[in-house]
Amino acid sequence: MSNDIWILATASLVAAACALVGVFLILRRQALMGDAISHSVLLGLVLAYLITDSRALPIMLGGAVIIGLLTAWLSDTLSRIGKVQSDASIGIVFTFFFAIGVILVSLYAGQIDLDQECVLYGEIAFIPFDTLHIGGGENLEDGFEIGPRAFWAIAVVFVIVLISIIITFNRLQTVAFHPNLALSLGVNIVFWHYFLMTLVSMTTVASFDAVGAILVVALLVIPASSAYLIAKSLKTMLWLAVGYSQASVAIGYTVAYQLDSSISASIAVSSGVLLFLTVASLQVQKQRKRAANNV
Amino acid sequence: MTGFELFPPPSLWQNWLSFWRFEDMNLLWVLMGSILLGMSASVIGGFAFLRKRALIGDALAHAALPGVMMAFLLFQTRDPLVIFIGALCSSFIGFFLIDWLPKNTKLKADAALAITLSFFFALGLMLLSFIQGLEVSNKSGLDKILFGQAAAMTDGDIKLLGYVTIFVLITVVLFFQKFRLIAFNQSYARTIGIAVNRYELLLALLIVMSVVVGLQLVGVVLMAAVLLTPMAAARFWSNQLATILIIASLLGGFSAIISTQISYLAPAMPTGPWMVVSLSILFILSLLFAPQKGLLKRYFDYQNLRQKVAEENILRTLYKLLERKDFKDKPFTLADIQSFRNMPSHCLQNTLKLLEKKGFAQRTFQGITLTPEGFEKATQLTRRHRLWESYLNEQADLSPEQVHQHAERIEHILTEAQETQLQQELSNSLHDPHGNQIPRKAEPTSVERGGEKI
Repeated sequence: MSNDIWILATASLVAAACALVGVFLILRRQALMGDAISHSVLLGLVLAYLITDSRALPIMLGGAVIIGLLTAWLSDTLSRIGKVQSDASIGIVFTFFFAIGVILVSLYAGQIDLDQECVLYGEIAFIPFDTLHIGGGENLEDGFEIGPRAFWAIAVVFVIVLISIIITFNRLQTVAFHPNLALSLGVNIVFWHYFLMTLVSMTTVASFDAVGAILVVALLVIPASSAYLIAKSLKTMLWLAVGYSQASVAIGYTVAYQLDSSISASIAVSSGVLLFLTVASLQVQKQRKRAANNV
Repeated sequence: MTGFELFPPPSLWQNWLSFWRFEDMNLLWVLMGSILLGMSASVIGGFAFLRKRALIGDALAHAALPGVMMAFLLFQTRDPLVIFIGALCSSFIGFFLIDWLPKNTKLKADAALAITLSFFFALGLMLLSFIQGLEVSNKSGLDKILFGQAAAMTDGDIKLLGYVTIFVLITVVLFFQKFRLIAFNQSYARTIGIAVNRYELLLALLIVMSVVVGLQLVGVVLMAAVLLTPMAAARFWSNQLATILIIASLLGGFSAIISTQISYLAPAMPTGPWMVVSLSILFILSLLFAPQKGLLKRYFDYQNLRQKVAEENILRTLYKLLERKDFKDKPFTLADIQSFRNMPSHCLQNTLKLLEKKGFAQRTFQGITLTPEGFEKATQLTRRHRLWESYLNEQADLSPEQVHQHAERIEHILTEAQETQLQQELSNSLHDPHGNQIPRKAEPTSVERGGEKI
């Protein structure tokens, strides 16, 4: 039973962190960059592990942030210097990084406890078995068990994301809604762009164990888009996005339990279904308004 | 002891040799199939690229996944045609969704792409995990379409792949003119009566078909790169669409050969990532070394231009110095030049050395003088500079203070013909807006003193 609670807690933290970051991705029209970073983070994770031989959180975050920023910078540079359209340059960079990541995973499959499956789905059902211990030194079994590693990873990142958004709320708001105004006020747009990319990289890498590289795109983009459709201000959009993400976790978990399907995929699917319900109800409203106007 | 060494495992080299001797006939078919796929995907991806929808292939490939799973779930068969049709249907739904969302809601095109991609993929994975929990036969290997496995393709798969890719290639060749017109100038195509929407649909169908047959080989996740990267790389090699597409298809085919080999030599390796890595390396090579548009070539061009500008600036400075001395052949020092033109010493020294080599300047103990050729060149440059200044002043109504900066740039790139044209247009003006005489062509320059503003 306690395993289920850990799984649910991890899933809802992952969904909430992704939704918060995703709001800014949608507003800055960087949804594809989110897609790209969530793919290339795999390479950062694998390289960090192969180089340092450690799975400590700071190292994982460091590797992911470096590769994430590199993806953003390379796509930008490529489209400027190589005169390639910006979406094409994003596509070229992230597929390259992701391909190298997958090759490394298959080469060192014995050493890294990642496999191709886990890259795609994550293994949220197994996270309770990989726990963190405090104290006890070398012998892990002696320490005091404090819960799954993945839970603490996403908890730390969630707190970082939340604090960053609260502290820099005004700046992020200006940059998201009025990039030109921000520019004329002397705000360093490039800095805030990479700041956002750092948050995205950290969130995706911390979500990696739970939901894998590709489903995280769904959690980044879909709840934030649903919120975007109905919200009238940035604050409501953030709250709504988190609300949508929590609802999808609840529905997805139930569905997965019933169908015995992958939990993370079911969560992503239910967030999509919620989005389509939102779109459909908005369409119906529009139709009604039009009908009312015609009469 | 030696008995154990009688059958050593075949080395990589031997494996590679046996690959190219095609001891396994099936392998030849896989190779042909993957080359065809690489070619057709590159060509059709090229049109998606031109329509500024470079990542559409990514979304469509992801969108095919639930179709594959549904087809398997409904018909309980791995028949390639059934799977193909299932994937085609769900890819098409994805395609329309990507189109519909930005048109009918507040959502932007990039968000629509990311939403469709991730939602369909999640749906596919959910169905896959559901299937894996079911008690049905021959469900193993369904997950191979995520990353692609050339070695795991069946005869049926390869036949279908062959038919579809050849169909795609032939269609593109047949409708090449129309596709090209639509890609570059849609509104013109519409005005001359081409049914643009119908061809757009055909193009979409071809893209979806290439993506769907490629799944076995390259995998859902990386199919985007096979559509996109060859075109992006080929663009550095030519400006002609037909040539670009042929180069793209060659790059696609070549990377298919590499990845199929690797998949054969190391069966645990997924094919798709290797194909993408080899394509990316080809892209990087093209970006750097392409003969006309590569970065290296552009860098050298830029350096040459800078060098040329520096040389010409010094020639003109020397001319102005001479003009001040009433063209009495007097040598000048470095300090004289630097008082007119702000330039770091070492740069000045290097440029002077080059000028000497080209026979435009001479260095003696007294200082630097222009050779007759150098003087001619310097006169020509000054003439162009002042002609342009006058032209701007008269025709563009710029004040004399404004014209210098423009002329400073254009003097290096004006051609002989343009110079004559300017001269004809300004036939009656002998002086530039600053009051300096414009040196005449093919005439002994008359001597006039004047100080030019810099």
